[in-house]
Amino acid sequence: MDLLKASFVEVADAVKSKKISAVEVTQFFLSRIEKLNPQLNAFITVSEKAIADAQEVDLKISKSDCIGPLAGIPFGIKDMLCTKGLRTTAGSKMLENFIPPYDATVVARLKSAGAIILGKLNQDEFAMGSSNETSYFGNCLNPWNTEYVPGGSSGGSAAAQAARMVMGTIGTDTGGSIRQPSSFCGIVGIKPTYGRVSRYGIVAFASSLDQAGPMVTSVQDAALTLESICGHDSMDSTTSQKAVPSFSKNLNSNIKGMKIGLLKEYSLGKIHPDVEQTYQKALEQLKLLGAEFVEISVGLTEFAVPMYYLISASEASSNLARYDGVKYGFRAQFNDLSSMTLDDFYAETRGQGFGTEVKRRIMLGTHCLSSGYYDAYYNKAGQVRRMLRDQYAQAFEQCDAIISPVTTSAAFKIKERSSDPLTMYMNDIFTTSANLAGLAGMSVPFGFSSLGLPIGIHLVGSHFDEQKILNIGAALESVSGTREKTPHVY
Amino acid sequence: MSINYRGYEPVIGIEVHVQLKTKTKIFCSDATNFNAGDNENTSPISVGMPGTLPVINKKAIEYAIKTGLALDCKIQKKSVFSRKNYFYPDLPKGYQISQYDLPICENGNIKFFVDGVEKQVSITRAHLEEDAGKSIHTGEFTFLNYNRAGIPLLEIVSGPDIRSAREAAEYGRTIRQIVRYLDVCDGNLEEGSLRCDCNVSVRKVGAEKLGTKVELKNINSFRFVEKAIDYEIDRQIDQLESGKTISQETRLYDPDKNRTFTMRTKENAEDYRYFPDPDLLPLVLSADDIERIRKTLPELPIKKTERFQKSLGLSKQDADMLTSEKELAEFFELTGQSCGNYKASANWVMVELLRELNNEKIEIKDSPITATHLAQLISLIDGGKISGKIAKTVFAEMWKSKNSPQSIIEKQGLGQVSDAGALEKVIESVLSENPSQVAEYRSGKTKVFGFFVGAVMKASKGQANPDMVNGILKKKLDQG
Repeated sequence: MDLLKASFVEVADAVKSKKISAVEVTQFFLSRIEKLNPQLNAFITVSEKAIADAQEVDLKISKSDCIGPLAGIPFGIKDMLCTKGLRTTAGSKMLENFIPPYDATVVARLKSAGAIILGKLNQDEFAMGSSNETSYFGNCLNPWNTEYVPGGSSGGSAAAQAARMVMGTIGTDTGGSIRQPSSFCGIVGIKPTYGRVSRYGIVAFASSLDQAGPMVTSVQDAALTLESICGHDSMDSTTSQKAVPSFSKNLNSNIKGMKIGLLKEYSLGKIHPDVEQTYQKALEQLKLLGAEFVEISVGLTEFAVPMYYLISASEASSNLARYDGVKYGFRAQFNDLSSMTLDDFYAETRGQGFGTEVKRRIMLGTHCLSSGYYDAYYNKAGQVRRMLRDQYAQAFEQCDAIISPVTTSAAFKIKERSSDPLTMYMNDIFTTSANLAGLAGMSVPFGFSSLGLPIGIHLVGSHFDEQKILNIGAALESVSGTREKTPHVY
Repeated sequence: MSINYRGYEPVIGIEVHVQLKTKTKIFCSDATNFNAGDNENTSPISVGMPGTLPVINKKAIEYAIKTGLALDCKIQKKSVFSRKNYFYPDLPKGYQISQYDLPICENGNIKFFVDGVEKQVSITRAHLEEDAGKSIHTGEFTFLNYNRAGIPLLEIVSGPDIRSAREAAEYGRTIRQIVRYLDVCDGNLEEGSLRCDCNVSVRKVGAEKLGTKVELKNINSFRFVEKAIDYEIDRQIDQLESGKTISQETRLYDPDKNRTFTMRTKENAEDYRYFPDPDLLPLVLSADDIERIRKTLPELPIKKTERFQKSLGLSKQDADMLTSEKELAEFFELTGQSCGNYKASANWVMVELLRELNNEKIEIKDSPITATHLAQLISLIDGGKISGKIAKTVFAEMWKSKNSPQSIIEKQGLGQVSDAGALEKVIESVLSENPSQVAEYRSGKTKVFGFFVGAVMKASKGQANPDMVNGILKKKLDQG
């Protein structure tokens, strides 16, 4: 069995039928991590318990105990998700030594589906970034070309997945943090509808936007992972009670007659010719497969990026207030405690514990929520957000899904944009709308730039309609031919 | 009733923090018991660990609605939890979840009596929030106990309708009485399950503009509420009379010195950066939800007092006393119902029973004498089976042994003797033992009759039926 090419279903079946043990699968990928991580810096922490966890899965199988659909599948988890007994840093010095006494619901569900957690993946600090350059643990690199960023904030997930250091990964997406790195690294990433996946145990960045989702090799693996982690959670009031369909069983790449919306505001982005070419090719292929196109308009896309930064920074400024050095995490040291005031304690702890980008956003958010500014900023952004949601609802009356590029360009070089946060922020123009409107979004690899870097196609689905974008994704995947290529670091 | 404060009128508004007695915290399943060890009632959620989320406790909502209804508030169909952001070590998340612009209860009012005069105070709002932890400052260290962090509070905010320290104290007592009637709070001020913050300002009588207000915090008894406000009113008038201004600040009351002192000034007022908590959906209630809870409301003290006066014929004073606590009122009412004599029940409960309960610091619900037994005792008196005097002995025995009055009377032979034959025997022996008094009586000095009654009662150890004794004695003496 070629573990680098095999699907989740194939490996899980082989593990269940004892053709291969979970321990063997785990060892195979642990040795890949050992070999490749020094080149990519995708993992922040590798689990010392992985083999023991795999033994437990094998034991369950030998006792014919009930075992889930992800039996023996090794996963890497973005370091935003808390893992019981396994260090969870959120890519920050602030949580460098934080070991959670609980699992995020997503992690608990993966485990109960039989998955093995191999370790924790690199990311931008507190998921604030689009390049993985804000991580306290150093930049993760793009396996297709290590001079380039893997994207962000789930850069470690994308890089580890593209280089097959694991079979599957989980990322989180607040404004595009699953889809953009998936596009940059040539993998499949899906951000589910807001409320589809529990946020319990996921380090909060912007609570009204955050969602976790799979970042994997194929649409089928994505569907299988997604259905394992979705569904109502009594620990998260914002999760939906809606039944979770069997996305993997319902997966159907026949898209004949499907209506795909072409976003009129697509021209707002300054799109690189390589991306444009790939996008047009995707549209041609979809047409050949029987899809119909309708032009739709979501006028407020123009304001998506500023809206996103107002809302996400405001919520983040509050969400990150708990990192104060009092109860857990980093605490500044003082030589002279007698002259230390409480304000000094906070200022030093938070000043030293957070990186520049995080501090920038905390200040921005604190300002936006301040009395006298709240109505003009946070409140206004919320009102426009509801209008954006309505515009999308109207658009979805005319189409089944909306298509666009994921980003305006393929991966950029390390440090190329880190001194220019505004250009970096504009990178998110196509992805942020889905978070603001709470819609499902997905990145499917479809081509390569002239420099050989992957380019993805962005699909946005209506609320709780992940199935349609998975189906269109499967159709694109069937004609993309991208799976034949492997990255430079592999 | 208006009190003359040297030509000034005090304007007082009160915020009462009511700790709701749910078994678990407002946003997680930690226990809420007061006597837990340090940081025993905590979890990743209540200490604000990364990624943890709040989930609202339905019981807390029910208690808030119940209280709102009892305060005649409008219960909002939609209310919203917001975040109040500020840094303090006992606030684990760096924000407190509290209802801000859309509270669950609005526009209510309560009535109560102050020295016999009815007073009405409007309730501006009552909102749900979580409590913070506790900082214990000792020398160079501060210890933090998060047991209290996340305990549900209902903050009841009155309108600025209170005009004297006495009214303020009565307002507080009435709120306490109501929440105890509703069984949503134990009302224990010392343990902090009920906390009062009083906003006090003064203005010249007749002036419209409000004076600068001062907030008095954390006063742990209603007696001190009255003293603290009285002190504060005087202090503010002194300031104004000597040409100074009042600075807006928070002051604490020191009961030992009976004065208030500055805790912090409001010059650097904090900006709490309130915004709706994205982790919690708006709290949406249906009319059915509210009606279902309305049906569980008990009769409230003011109604009960009225009924005790009108239907049961009690005086205002007795009715007030008996309705001070719901359990006491229920005990009284059950006693009265069982024996049919409400007046006697009121007397026995207020005089004998309350004295014993107070002496031994026992609550009515733990009384060794049940309402049924007390009713039986009253029936025995009313039925002439025992005298009032014997009844007190029986009562004392009931308190000690928890036995029924009937069994005590039988066991100790305390039953009233109404057997004419037996009584005649006792009377005859008393008469024969006191020939000179008999002679006196018969010579016309009938005053001596009382002496014979006393002697007979003494000889019968108080058990003789006094009416019968009178009759037989008279007959025998007059016969002679």
